[in-house]
Amino acid sequence: MKMTGAEILWECMVREGVEVVFGYPGGANMPIYDAMLNYPVHHVLVRHEQGAAHMADGYARASGKVGVAMATSGPGATNLVTGIATAMMDSSPVVFVTGQVAAHLIGGDAFQEVDVTGITLPITKHNYLVTRADEVAEVVREAFYIARSGRPGPVLIDFCKNAQVEQAEFVFPDEVKLPGYQPPERAPQSDLEEAVRLIEKAQRPVILAGHGVLMSGAEEALAHFAVKTQTPIASTLLGLGAFPASHELSLGMMGMHGEVHTNLAIQNSDLILAFGMRFDDRVTGNLKTYASKAKKIHVEIDPSEVHKNVRVDVPLVGDLKNVLTDLIQMVDEYDHDEWLQQINEWKVDADSRSIMNWPNDDNLYVAHLVTDIWKATGGGAIVTTDVGQHQMWAAQYYPLEKPNRWITSGGAGTMGFGLPSAIGAWFAHKDQEIWAIAGDGGFQMTAAELTTAVQEGANVKVAIMNNNFLGMVRQWQEFFFEKRYSAVNMLTPDFVKLAEAHGVPARLVTKREEVNEAIEWARRTPGPIVIEFRVVQEDSVYPMVPAGASLDQMLQRPERAVK
Amino acid sequence: MQYTFIALVENKPGVLNRVASLFRRRNFNIESLAVGRTEKTDVSRMTMVVDCPNGDVDAHRIEANLYKLVNVIDVQDVSRLPAVTRDLALIKVKAGPEKRAEVNSLAAIFRARIVDVAADSVIVEVTGTEEKIEGMTELLRPIGIAEMVRTGQVAMTRGANSGIRRMPGMEDSHYEDDYEVAEMTP
Repeated sequence: MKMTGAEILWECMVREGVEVVFGYPGGANMPIYDAMLNYPVHHVLVRHEQGAAHMADGYARASGKVGVAMATSGPGATNLVTGIATAMMDSSPVVFVTGQVAAHLIGGDAFQEVDVTGITLPITKHNYLVTRADEVAEVVREAFYIARSGRPGPVLIDFCKNAQVEQAEFVFPDEVKLPGYQPPERAPQSDLEEAVRLIEKAQRPVILAGHGVLMSGAEEALAHFAVKTQTPIASTLLGLGAFPASHELSLGMMGMHGEVHTNLAIQNSDLILAFGMRFDDRVTGNLKTYASKAKKIHVEIDPSEVHKNVRVDVPLVGDLKNVLTDLIQMVDEYDHDEWLQQINEWKVDADSRSIMNWPNDDNLYVAHLVTDIWKATGGGAIVTTDVGQHQMWAAQYYPLEKPNRWITSGGAGTMGFGLPSAIGAWFAHKDQEIWAIAGDGGFQMTAAELTTAVQEGANVKVAIMNNNFLGMVRQWQEFFFEKRYSAVNMLTPDFVKLAEAHGVPARLVTKREEVNEAIEWARRTPGPIVIEFRVVQEDSVYPMVPAGASLDQMLQRPERAVK
Repeated sequence: MQYTFIALVENKPGVLNRVASLFRRRNFNIESLAVGRTEKTDVSRMTMVVDCPNGDVDAHRIEANLYKLVNVIDVQDVSRLPAVTRDLALIKVKAGPEKRAEVNSLAAIFRARIVDVAADSVIVEVTGTEEKIEGMTELLRPIGIAEMVRTGQVAMTRGANSGIRRMPGMEDSHYEDDYEVAEMTP
């Protein structure tokens, strides 16, 4: 059957399971928007294309499906760029469809022409320029396959306007032909045997659980492996939720703002089992002193991550779920009681400094507020964040029992991610409670999406932790630049009025005793809600491993140092 | 240290850009790059000579990242293997009738050919290893080189040997043990 390129796009996307897309129309994608009306796909009109990218990303992370974001050519496409890079750094499966000027105009600096495939080349897993209608079906099929398979990631399709309107015979390809793209499935048997030999010998093993656990759907296999071998699990920022935080083998988050006992466990271990993580500099600290006594097994689907930052002893290249399923069969039951007891002793020592054990001094601390939200929601909400201090506090004080409820920009560290990703997550799980925890800086970067939330009736609760500072930069200036504050003191608008102007009910909370009632009010009020919390201005995130320091050189919270 | 890689890639628009972009993105300097078709119409072959300041660590990183490109089918490192490598140069020498004999005799020694003669210049075509071409160039320089162009190196391993494949997880992969931990920047 003959169809236009735009119709083929939608026909293919519907067959790939697309139900919702986030986007913004313009001159170069009007035929796509016209054809969309004939397909059962819900379109979310954003206020800025960056919002569309983050929403599609949030949708993908919450649902496990491929998210879709669309924009027109030129500035529409360039506004996506931050969102594409965010998805790339965190291996999020998103397909981006951008309009492009007609093929015969390419290279001529036509109106709203930008070299989008050129710009996005290093920040996509793969990208396409489609110049003819008869290429569309194959390209869309490949794009979805590449986005979701192997190590997932963003794929961009730059779609020339002539190819949108021209007709071609529609044939949905049965399979993709990609001779250069074969994601590894299982690790070789000889490598598995070598890994088992190390596991058998280990006295002080630690599992490092990364985003790959969630991406691979390996949560159950991870729990099975950990319990069988009695190995404690430390999580990366993006690995949180892969293993229940309340489990006795859970060590919580590792790295720059990780728990003291977790980092000590890693530094003192004799075997590191890195599962679907990439030894980012934020989790290793100084590489020269990183877990120097430990042998290292690295299970990873992307071979370019193996030996990249840390030289490992046994790489197991394959899909984590498969590799773990194989390993579980091959290992015996062990106990590491002494080791677990040692870690527990470190933990008790750190607990005595915890801000949670401070008496109420009527100041609002983000750690307390996050804990209050955690208690009110029974720890079961989907939580999205921006980037900075509040993000680290949310990671530390919203312990997760279940996967795919923690949506944060890890690798890219993109401010403005919280609100739009929450809206995207709501489209994946409309029945679940969703909280966006934001700072006053990041919230202002994408605040315009409040209107999108209202237009869509998105049931997201936004908690703005307002300290009138760009808090994390301020903290670094305090610690490493002799408190010479440079461009971090921030005037904020009246967030309550701002929200109300968008049609969002809002409250300001300045006192401890108002907190719980405000949270409950937000929970029982349908639709988007904003609560601004005026928090302690110069609080700092602890523990902290200064950049470049060894992982066990942690700055700990001084006892009652905060004014 | 210079490494020579052979990559088989899909013959599609933009693939060269993807490969070149990878080297730029990871901050490697390409010494030479030659691309051409193979016996299969949908496969092109690239020979890349790349400067790898950290030796095998860099070579591994380059290979692994090349594989990450969807259009790259196979990557081999042929740097330290018995291989035939060739470069072709055209050199225009400023030589009137009085110097043609000198150019001609040099060409004969290097098994080069005179492929064009004009009133005031001749074009010499020379094929061979990089060293041979460098040697010929040095001898022609005093006579006067007007222009020069080189194709860049192409390489092929001898016999049934293929190059080294370092990718972890592959059947015959192997990884050298000279890993140096990089200094971390704060």
